[in-house]
Amino acid sequence: MLLHLARQSLSNRLLTTSLTALSIAFSVALLVGVENVRTGMRESFSNTVSGTDLIVGARGGTIQLMLYSVFGMGSPVANISHETWEKWDEHPAVSWTIPYALGDSHQGFRVIGTNESFYEHYKYRGGQSISLAEGRPAEEVFDVVLGAQVAERLGYGLGDPISVTHGMSDVGFMNHDEMPFEVIGILDETFTPVDRAIYVTLEGITAIHLGWEEGGPPMPGEEIHADHVHEMDEIHVSQITSFFLGAESRAYTLQLQREISTSEQEPLTAVIPGLALSEMWQGIGYAEDGLMVISGFVVLVGLLGMLVSIYTSLDARRREMAILRALGAGPQRIVSLLVLEAGLLSALGAFLGVIFVYAGLAALQPWLEGEFGLLVPIRVLDQAQLMYIGAVIILGFVAGLVPALKAYRTALHDGLSVRV
Amino acid sequence: MIETTECIRASNLSFGYADGPTILDIPDLTVQSGERVFLYGPSGSGKTTLLGLIAGVLEPPSGTLSVLGHDVGALSSAERDRFRASHIGYVFQMFNLIPYLNVHDNIALPVRINEERKKRLGCSLDIAVKEAAAHLGIEQLLDEKVTRLSVGQQQRVAAARAILGAPELIIADEPTSSLDANRRHAFLELLFSNVAEAGSTLLFVSHDLGLADQFDRSLSLPELNHAGE
Repeated sequence: MLLHLARQSLSNRLLTTSLTALSIAFSVALLVGVENVRTGMRESFSNTVSGTDLIVGARGGTIQLMLYSVFGMGSPVANISHETWEKWDEHPAVSWTIPYALGDSHQGFRVIGTNESFYEHYKYRGGQSISLAEGRPAEEVFDVVLGAQVAERLGYGLGDPISVTHGMSDVGFMNHDEMPFEVIGILDETFTPVDRAIYVTLEGITAIHLGWEEGGPPMPGEEIHADHVHEMDEIHVSQITSFFLGAESRAYTLQLQREISTSEQEPLTAVIPGLALSEMWQGIGYAEDGLMVISGFVVLVGLLGMLVSIYTSLDARRREMAILRALGAGPQRIVSLLVLEAGLLSALGAFLGVIFVYAGLAALQPWLEGEFGLLVPIRVLDQAQLMYIGAVIILGFVAGLVPALKAYRTALHDGLSVRV
Repeated sequence: MIETTECIRASNLSFGYADGPTILDIPDLTVQSGERVFLYGPSGSGKTTLLGLIAGVLEPPSGTLSVLGHDVGALSSAERDRFRASHIGYVFQMFNLIPYLNVHDNIALPVRINEERKKRLGCSLDIAVKEAAAHLGIEQLLDEKVTRLSVGQQQRVAAARAILGAPELIIADEPTSSLDANRRHAFLELLFSNVAEAGSTLLFVSHDLGLADQFDRSLSLPELNHAGE
């Protein structure tokens, strides 16, 4: 009977009710949406690379190694020798390795020297493999495969020539112009840093640095041109930057890590990517905690708005309270009625908010994915989100107590006199 | 039950709001069961306060006040609410109705608030509402929004609500003052016949002495009340 009254009372003040419910709905949508995006970001992040047991590079910080090998950020401090990589590649506990040779760029995009094992073994987001949208993997010295985003941004297609810049500066003054590369493949979109890199062979990277052995460009007249490279029987790859490693069995990972880290041949660092990623997330994840706190405050503001709207309606409803009292409703009933109204409003708001979130996700998902490489999954509310929503509804009831107690005092004071 | 023939009995009743002066000081007031009593009181004479006391909405006064054999002073506020809901029908001067409920729900409201009153209906709520509405000639309005009704129709809805379930005491606080002379007469007729049928006691309060001769007995609040003397 109270529920009936509360419902009728709310629908009688349709405009105020719907505006209040909308403001709660938006704040709930923000709260749940932020949580969704947060989950999406965390998952995108921790799935940047998967299926790799160890990433190995020159001895240094694990985060730095992750940054330059997986995220294409920062520069490696040192390389590792080809022999060292080969040694670990042939280790009985190692199933496969993907070598990475870094240090060059094209129009600001990183150029990565690697081999066929990259196309075969590189996995991301729960074990998805790299695949080619067009063309074939890089095999020849001057073959280039573009990440999806690179191809799109630069407008390159198969057969286009590319020159590579030494270092990462956009306006390279040390261009390897004498070595013309050609696009022979374009990767499918992965929504990971893979999309923002350019892939060549290890030999390709080595070739553009022929004559650079001193650490600087060759003297004029001593440049080595593409024709020379083609004439060479074999290009000797001497260095790589890091390599990804898949063990024969996951159980060997820790043992391999220890073995690599303590190897006396060359000082190396080996990180377990899953572990490093979650460590890194802990470092940067608190930015989203801030976002969460802000959404929490938005919810509070929404509830405060409801409190104000119910409170200001009370004077106009004094007569209604007197009638209810004359009919035998105790002051407690009047309190319950108002608290129930507030609770219903916030429940309605929360419900609408959830609908907004799903509608918003459905509408924005492609854009988020295309623009930010952020895949926000649409799934049923998880426990944390249900808890937030429950908290909003409970807070709604609590907020209803404020006007209800005022109504209680008014009703006691007014009694049956319905002067307004 | 002390004595079934006395509906309202007050003696040495004295009441004032917290920290305020004494508003009511009534040495003696008795209303017999089944009586139709006209209580005359100009505005400001403490009518609404007296009715609030009888209905148990206000804190009990000092002195003795018994309604339908119950000592009002001995009841807790929740008990008074229950008592009011199940034994008293109440009609206001105007604005009797909850604006967001339709006619049917307005009439049914006291029964929905109180379980006891429901038991006394003797039939389903729906049928009782229809009967009460039929008695007051508003059965065709049951699904209307109350804001669409004329003042006269609203007062009849209020009367139907008051007589629903035949409460022993019906209190009417100037229910006709917003009606014109013709409608006032018609409304009184309806009220009387319904009250008679239900066997209820009617306490009718008004400042309009012209209505007094239609009642069994008439009392004057200024004469009863010795406060301020």
